[in-house]
Amino acid sequence: MEAVLETDQLGKRYGRQWALRDCTLRLPAGRIAALVGPNGAGKSTLLHLAVGLSRPDAGVVRVLGEPPHHNPAVLAQVGFVAQDTPLYRDFTATELITMGGRLNRRWDATLARTRLADLGIPPGKPVGKLSGGQRAQVALALALAKRPRLLLLDEPVASLDPLARREFLQTLMGSVADTGTSVLLSSHLLADVERVCDHLIVLHAAQVRLGGAVDDLVTAHRRLVGPRHDGAPIPGVAEIVRGSHTDRQSTLLVRTDGPVTDPLWTEHDVALEDVILAYLVDGETQTNHAAWGVPA
Amino acid sequence: MIEFVLDGRSKVNTYMQLVQQVKQALRVGLLAPGDQLPKVREVAQALAINPNTVLKAYRELEIEGLAEGRPGVGTFVTRTLAGASLPNQAELRDDLVAWLHRAQAAGLTPEDITALVETTMRASLPVEGPARQSASAG
Repeated sequence: MEAVLETDQLGKRYGRQWALRDCTLRLPAGRIAALVGPNGAGKSTLLHLAVGLSRPDAGVVRVLGEPPHHNPAVLAQVGFVAQDTPLYRDFTATELITMGGRLNRRWDATLARTRLADLGIPPGKPVGKLSGGQRAQVALALALAKRPRLLLLDEPVASLDPLARREFLQTLMGSVADTGTSVLLSSHLLADVERVCDHLIVLHAAQVRLGGAVDDLVTAHRRLVGPRHDGAPIPGVAEIVRGSHTDRQSTLLVRTDGPVTDPLWTEHDVALEDVILAYLVDGETQTNHAAWGVPA
Repeated sequence: MIEFVLDGRSKVNTYMQLVQQVKQALRVGLLAPGDQLPKVREVAQALAINPNTVLKAYRELEIEGLAEGRPGVGTFVTRTLAGASLPNQAELRDDLVAWLHRAQAAGLTPEDITALVETTMRASLPVEGPARQSASAG
């Protein structure tokens, strides 16, 4: 299948600090993908590289088959909504749509007007005076007016209240159903991710920890409960992602590469959220009782 | 036309919830052969879910022979699950409503009623095997 976004050992450095390193991933067309990870994991850096706002320090990024940096032909087909939906706050929605028409070769102003009319957004009010939810809808309508083949959204709903968040995702899902646009959105809200996305990329400490189709990832992971594990390999288990142990019992979240048939282990399904969290938690929590002056 | 709802706390997959709701509607006669299922776009937007999830549910219904997609038009019900019992359901429902009122008058809470119904069903109805599926196939 065609890839809308492809990276190979992609890296970006700010000073001596790598914000993204050895990032290799492939996003097939037609997916709604989630980019998940803690603050500072490199999510915005990856999105900025994909939309050509910054240039890689290592490796390659290809969007719709081509490097996006200084590439107007590619960028004309990519929609981007940056974090906190920055818009010229003194402009009205109508003015922003007109401006978009001047700046873009492909521009469907009617589509944008229809969307905002459906949502009851006032056309003549400066967007700085709109509610956060309405401003996010204006930013989305502007990004969709390009009729993009790939839509990139950086934390699109993070600052919205639950109702505005639901309305934003409704508009987004309706548009995707209409156009078949591929979407990559970063989010902290795992419940939204589970509802909306069929592809997942987990970033942690500037690196890709997990990537793939949600259905595949969920079926490949299992929770095993059994006697305390001594580190011996378990047939059917490719990797122990996370384990917790009592003196006689171990609970392991594992990635499988076959059926786990050892009768010592009881197998349980895991939800997507459990899988994501298991990859975000570092192996062992570092305690610092001494620093707090409390007994361990 | 039916309207889908999602139980966010359910352990059941989103697409499976949609499949189950269509089957439920077919069982009680809310949907009949020839009826159109809601359009993919409408379901995706109303529930804020991935359109591919809706497509997956509709494909599952097609594989089970319950619906068929007509390109450019939509997805339509081809078979019912109500079987021969549908005409009897209204009368049975009336009996059940009368019984429920009696149970309530006798001081049973909804939880008591559910427990009574479930234990009695287990005790007096034979477990239904896969034989029932093949009887209605085709």
